[in-house]
Amino acid sequence: MELGQLQRRFLEYTRSLHADGFLDDQFSQLQQLQDESNPDFVLEVVSLFFEDSEKLLNALSLALDQQTVDFKRIDAHVHQLKGSSSSIGAHRVKNVCIAFRNFCEQQNVEACRGCLQQLKQEYYLVKTKLETLFRLEQQIVAAGGSIPLME
Amino acid sequence: MTGSCELSRRHLPTNVEDLFTRPSSDPQQFHVLAVDDSVIDRTVIERLLKISSCKVTTVESGTRALQFLGLDGKTSSSAVFDDLKVNLIMTDYSMPGMTGYELLKKIKESSTFREIPVVIMSSENILPRIDRCLEEGAEEFIVKPVKLSDVTRLKDFIIKGRKEESNERMIKKRRIQHNCSCSSLAKKPPLACDLPSSIVPSSPASSSKRPRFCEK
Repeated sequence: MELGQLQRRFLEYTRSLHADGFLDDQFSQLQQLQDESNPDFVLEVVSLFFEDSEKLLNALSLALDQQTVDFKRIDAHVHQLKGSSSSIGAHRVKNVCIAFRNFCEQQNVEACRGCLQQLKQEYYLVKTKLETLFRLEQQIVAAGGSIPLME
Repeated sequence: MTGSCELSRRHLPTNVEDLFTRPSSDPQQFHVLAVDDSVIDRTVIERLLKISSCKVTTVESGTRALQFLGLDGKTSSSAVFDDLKVNLIMTDYSMPGMTGYELLKKIKESSTFREIPVVIMSSENILPRIDRCLEEGAEEFIVKPVKLSDVTRLKDFIIKGRKEESNERMIKKRRIQHNCSCSSLAKKPPLACDLPSSIVPSSPASSSKRPRFCEK
């Protein structure tokens, strides 16, 4: 595929991710912070997010599997995930976190378990999509082009 | 706290202004200390600040921040202050151990560092929390996620504030020189130790206090 096509594809894909609510304006903010001096900035931050989220999701699974559910601990984990997803613009993940925290407050175990499932789903969805986006980006850079940003 | 004697040990100011201001044409970069337990947020805030031409130091906790500033009782604060010259502290509110609010209090309790503006960042827009922080002396409360426009605005606001204070001091000094019958005093570099304690400000960066070398 030639450069122009790759760049259009990238833009279209970014737009669709925004339109479907997977990403929000904060992601665009991060893209704007990337330049020749820091060409991997977004990748770096998102990789940290992936690492952090997977640890948190594991911890949440463990916590909800216990005989006595520690809601305070669970809330702390979800709060952290809410913060990091918000910081990278992972909009849908953030929204599930908000709902999750409400259920923690209500100490509703079943609802929390349901939220965790949803959280895992949304996380893996956004992870896949971001990986696709980064692959497209790599192809553009390899073809000698620059990454187009959404207006 | 032997503040006034430590001043004279560090370096002798060549003129009165050096005791109390940093001239606005100071070649030193605007230095921000960012405190956040989230590595993601630290990475983002660091980038935001660097893009805004700031020098950045990031730490992961309030305790580390105090260590960096030399406020943990283990380092000599005067030795650290000169080399560091932190112009702004941005701290997350919710952190394990010491919260941003507790860090804010410790900084405001310190005579050396209380003049440094402190900004609190939080993902939660809780009004009583915001009020409490502002009451304790926080410059501003920013709701996360932090954007580039937040950092730009903040930096401009603080630099402008320092410029205005510096200009104010220049104007007042000129007035003193003009009014004072003992005008020769203003030209001599005063040794901080020699001045009566009532007119030595608590910190070199002190904005609201200034000396009166002679009363009218």
